Amino acid sequence: MEHERYFIKQISVFSENRPGRLAAIAKAMEEDGINIFAFSIAEADGFGVVRALVNHPDKAYRKLTGLGFVVSFTDVIGVKMRDEPGGLYEVARILGEAGINIEYSYAYSGKEAAVLILRVDNIRSAIEKILAHGGSLMEAAAFR
Amino acid sequence: MYWDSKIETMEREELERLQYRLLKTLVYRLYSFSAFYHRRMEEAKVHPDDVKTLSDVTKLPFMFKRDLRDNYPDKLFMATQEDLVRYHVSSGTTGKPTVVGYTANDLEEWTVSLARALTSCGLGTKDVIQVSYGYGLFTGGLGLHYGAERIGATVIPTSVGGTERQIELMQDLGATAICCTPSYLLHMGEAAEKMGVSIKKDTKLKVGILGAEPWTAEMRTRIQDWLGIKAYDIYGTSELSGPLFTECTEQNGIHIWGDFAYTEIVDPKTGEHVGDGEKGELTMTILKKEALPIVRYRIGDITGMEHEVCACGRTHPRITRITGRVDDMLIIRGINVFPSQIEHTLMGIPEVGQHFQIVVDRKHELDALLVRVEVKPEAFSDKITDLMKIKEMVAHRLGAALTVNVDVELAEPGSLPRFEGKAKRVIDRRKM
Repeated sequence: MEHERYFIKQISVFSENRPGRLAAIAKAMEEDGINIFAFSIAEADGFGVVRALVNHPDKAYRKLTGLGFVVSFTDVIGVKMRDEPGGLYEVARILGEAGINIEYSYAYSGKEAAVLILRVDNIRSAIEKILAHGGSLMEAAAFR
Repeated sequence: MYWDSKIETMEREELERLQYRLLKTLVYRLYSFSAFYHRRMEEAKVHPDDVKTLSDVTKLPFMFKRDLRDNYPDKLFMATQEDLVRYHVSSGTTGKPTVVGYTANDLEEWTVSLARALTSCGLGTKDVIQVSYGYGLFTGGLGLHYGAERIGATVIPTSVGGTERQIELMQDLGATAICCTPSYLLHMGEAAEKMGVSIKKDTKLKVGILGAEPWTAEMRTRIQDWLGIKAYDIYGTSELSGPLFTECTEQNGIHIWGDFAYTEIVDPKTGEHVGDGEKGELTMTILKKEALPIVRYRIGDITGMEHEVCACGRTHPRITRITGRVDDMLIIRGINVFPSQIEHTLMGIPEVGQHFQIVVDRKHELDALLVRVEVKPEAFSDKITDLMKIKEMVAHRLGAALTVNVDVELAEPGSLPRFEGKAKRVIDRRKM
């Protein structure tokens, strides 16, 4: 099985927790015509990590590192959910029963479906279990 | 290689006899011609005749920075304006500026001291020396300029600032040595990389003469490995004339020319001598200074002294790396903290960069120490828990080293202030 076709390249950016940092990142994306599909901010004491799915991750990486930001790539998966009550439960139950831990997650409501973005401790097993239960995953091809 | 092998390798006993003769002459001169020092000696009930051996120096009263300030600008001078050939004015980082006057002989002594020092770093006529210390009222630029010219090297008098141009000139004129503050050299290294220039591979630089601010052995290792140079510590202050002394190629302490200065290390509280190798306040007597006498001057820098003959063959005593200033010391909840201890600890933590900022505040009547550090791109993790672990580890290591609680804040690389002159890394917000 070709798991890699479902590995979505998420960019993560280290940011100090002070006014204007998100604006600086978003402005950089705008300047290079990069579209952000989804993003989340995880905050800690004094700093945060901005995570985003963009249409051109490599271009975004070059742009942001050029501006002095610390950026890394992380492989995540995007699970399509039914956009109705019970949609999230279905996905969470599959992973929970399989003993796969969710490290973090965020979601966006796309044109065809709601999408749950997940970083899990065992990405290959998560892909197998979701597909085996008839779930569908976003393909990485949509994000490059 | 020696500049003056006769003096530099003189037997210790002979050197001490020479020091005694110079001290005796100095004391008579001061007693007869310096109103200030005559009064000081009267107050201390000491007469020049009481100085019968070199160790009798301890009978003489100390001089402090405040003596220079109180006598601003030139009340301590023992030379008339006709005899003065130059003024320098100290940077005043610890208070009001002080003025130093020089006779032609004072400049000559200063230049010779540096000629010996630069030679001991392996520099000579084949070298191109970029002097990136400030030229002007600050002693660094002009001092090294004349010292470097004296040994027959070719000088590039770039002074500070204009970093990109400095890097271009370093490449184009083939600089083999640079004189600047260690923090400015780090700044240059970073700026060069942004320009696509590797100082290690794309320049001929092989020696750095670094000082005018405290730095650590770890910082030296980092500079040497990263830039591919030998980094030597230089020491001096404007009151003593300027930068005067450096390490030799052994990199094992700064040689203090005994015929130039008599050095003591004293306990800052009691003024008593500490043992060889023990830390204390550097106290110097400049034996041949004409315009501004400096006798048992309490410099405020913390260091130790080593009398053993150096492997390079020089017999003159050495001082160890300056580890802080008596007046830089922060008192946090009653505990003495030196910024250099923080730097020393951070250098041993690969996850954070070499730049830092210290913020001291008072919260709920208690002192709070915050250290801001930059996360290295290589250490960045997408997971908050990993970053929190770095933060806690840094706080733990600093807390253990300083024996006070430390808060740590992770900052973006490149976001903390860089310094071109003396680093000002402490922000003290406490209102007393």
